[in-house]
Amino acid sequence: MQQKDVLPMKPEPAEKRAATTAPLNITGSEAVIRSLIAEGVETIFGYPGGAIMPIYDALYDFQDKVHHILVRHEQGATHAAQGYARTSGRTGVVFATSGPGATNLVTGLADAYMDSTPMVCITGQVAAHLLGTDAFQETDVIGITMPITKWNIQVTRPEDIPGAIAKAFYIAGSGRPGPVLVDITRNAQVAKFDYEYKKCDYIRSYRPVPELDQDAVKAAAELINSAKKPYIFCGHGVLLSGAEKELIAFAEKAGIPIASTLLGLSAVPVDHPLYVGYLGMHGNYAPNIMTNECDVLIAVGMRFDDRITGDVSQFVKQAKVIHIEIDAAEINKIIKADVAVHADAKTALSALIELVKPGKHDEWLKGFREADKKEEEKVSQKELYPAEGGLKMAEVVRLISERTEGKAVLVTDVGQHQMIASRYYRFKDPNTNITSGGMGTMGFALPAAMGAKVGTPEKEVVAIIGDGCFQMTLQELGTIYQSEIGVKIVILNNNFLGMVRQWQQLFFDKRYSSTEMINPDFVQIAKGFYVPGRKVTDRADIVAAVDEMISHKGAYLLEVVVEKEDNVFPMVPSGQPIANIRLE
Amino acid sequence: MQKEYTITVYTEDRIGITNRITVIFTRRGINITSLTTAETEIPGVYKFIITVISEKEKLVKIVGQIERLIEIHRAFVHEEDEVVYQELALYKISTKALKNGNIEQLIRDNNARILTLTEEYFVIEKTGHQQELIALQAQLAPYGLIEYSKSGRVAVIKWSRRFHDHLKELERRRPDNLKQAEYRDHTEVSAEEESI
Repeated sequence: MQQKDVLPMKPEPAEKRAATTAPLNITGSEAVIRSLIAEGVETIFGYPGGAIMPIYDALYDFQDKVHHILVRHEQGATHAAQGYARTSGRTGVVFATSGPGATNLVTGLADAYMDSTPMVCITGQVAAHLLGTDAFQETDVIGITMPITKWNIQVTRPEDIPGAIAKAFYIAGSGRPGPVLVDITRNAQVAKFDYEYKKCDYIRSYRPVPELDQDAVKAAAELINSAKKPYIFCGHGVLLSGAEKELIAFAEKAGIPIASTLLGLSAVPVDHPLYVGYLGMHGNYAPNIMTNECDVLIAVGMRFDDRITGDVSQFVKQAKVIHIEIDAAEINKIIKADVAVHADAKTALSALIELVKPGKHDEWLKGFREADKKEEEKVSQKELYPAEGGLKMAEVVRLISERTEGKAVLVTDVGQHQMIASRYYRFKDPNTNITSGGMGTMGFALPAAMGAKVGTPEKEVVAIIGDGCFQMTLQELGTIYQSEIGVKIVILNNNFLGMVRQWQQLFFDKRYSSTEMINPDFVQIAKGFYVPGRKVTDRADIVAAVDEMISHKGAYLLEVVVEKEDNVFPMVPSGQPIANIRLE
Repeated sequence: MQKEYTITVYTEDRIGITNRITVIFTRRGINITSLTTAETEIPGVYKFIITVISEKEKLVKIVGQIERLIEIHRAFVHEEDEVVYQELALYKISTKALKNGNIEQLIRDNNARILTLTEEYFVIEKTGHQQELIALQAQLAPYGLIEYSKSGRVAVIKWSRRFHDHLKELERRRPDNLKQAEYRDHTEVSAEEESI
């Protein structure tokens, strides 16, 4: 292995490092690594292969600056980068090779695109002269990922690498964040050029920061000031713009109840007096039904997903809608806004807070608390404190919530356990809820939890995973072992694809078509990857098992066998008005 | 209500931009009935003129999603009376038809003109709105129409003065740092330089 010159890199602050460096005659591959370092990248999730080997070779000389985590499947790299981005607030970085390496990124890219997660994927590609010839491991990754990336680009000359990477980071992290893919042909990786790096902060056709329309803010404030029953929807945009404090201060000043979307969870502490719960198909009862009672709805950084609106024609018809949203394409897409504030949540709320009058809406808030009682009685009590029968997902989640004091990063997969975890975990700190919202990607949690832990090593990271989901990406236990990532893995095992089974029960005459699972021994599997674990089937053992898991240093897998045919309620049947919400 | 709309999109000069735009129509199952693109008065800025038959409400949302693309400057949906537009058609007809006196009258009446004439065929050109071009095609059919070809729409927006200024302002600012990078011949790279 030929030793290459390493640019003397003093431990300078990131901003200074990012400034223009003197030209340096290096290969495109080395330029990739240096460009990433210039962007402040410290962690890469990836998997090598033929077409990206020169970049991995260059990485070899920079191991002291960039930590590469070798995953077991490229999809795992994308979800890990998502978990990393969502806990650390930095752009997640992924390496993959051409062909199958690149196509394995598709699910993660689509997930990150739906859930506005900043991510830069760098793929190797066959040499430029082979493009379009069906060369070995050649695939049109640009064409494939066009509709699921915020931006993508193919680079075929080394001199274009720094510019492409600079643009990629700028685009991924600005405005409404999203995934970007940079495809680099092999010839561009090996050829030399005069490297120079300049961060990108301007693209003439791209306006990530909209100008705040003061008139819209004024109009919004007027509506809020005259409202009798104002209501806030807190979306992911609140977390993405770091507006949690502003949102709470705004709500407190004007005395407005706050409900959260699935991805908005953790922005407002669950025990906040104005927090009324979580919205959506399997959300809380009160926040859902009260949507059709409010007179002014203030939707902040959210996009009125169909899991929230149900039948749009019967959703929030009685109220004036204020929509605060950074992505202009989301405004009026599903729900017509009476006042649209095209801005990020932080900017808009900071301006709005000045103009709203102090207020209280105690009667209105009381309505929520009364509706809560109905849910308590019909659902939560039975779920949390069952008198008999098998273990319930809810009691396990609530126990974990108590034992972690609501301060763990909760990474959930997709299905019943996800809805239960979102309902019963009592979040305290922002950015502690990591889940696949828009895409509903099964298999998300295990790799995302790895990334979340790498992004916030000081925090406890607990992945709540269903037995079906776990088997989609369980090979990442290998990564967890090799890279010593101390995540706590809880498998809520009901030996069913539970959510699909629930729908089969309710809407398909209990015809359980291909949803029952004959499962392996999960603890033995973990053992095979040198991850210790324990299986619990009895209620009597659960407290000790959760305590054992939490006190264990390093990764740990806890399998909890739960009630086999349990349903998640409340539930708004798909496509129906939210008024049809079912409690049993 | 379904009717014909003109959509204009101002873009950067990038490989694949057509794909990025058309895929947004594909997702919603809307058929593009014509698409014309060319460089605008501002070097490096392209204009797409797209015609579709759809509903305005749907198209407003589509235009929003098009504008969200990084390399798009602006996109608009126009009612018929918001744009001045033309289409162009060429009609290739057997020269024998010229022996018939009516064809001269037909060309005059339609404000068409003859572009070229050979022993075998001649070519008529006409500009106008789609219906006029199709009407002429029907009139020419009895004379032995060999081939007919119609362009997409070109259009200027009646209220576009401010946008023109916006484009000029862009030009004054920094250019796109990757623009040049994407136009080169892949074959430049020799085969032996690259193989694993």
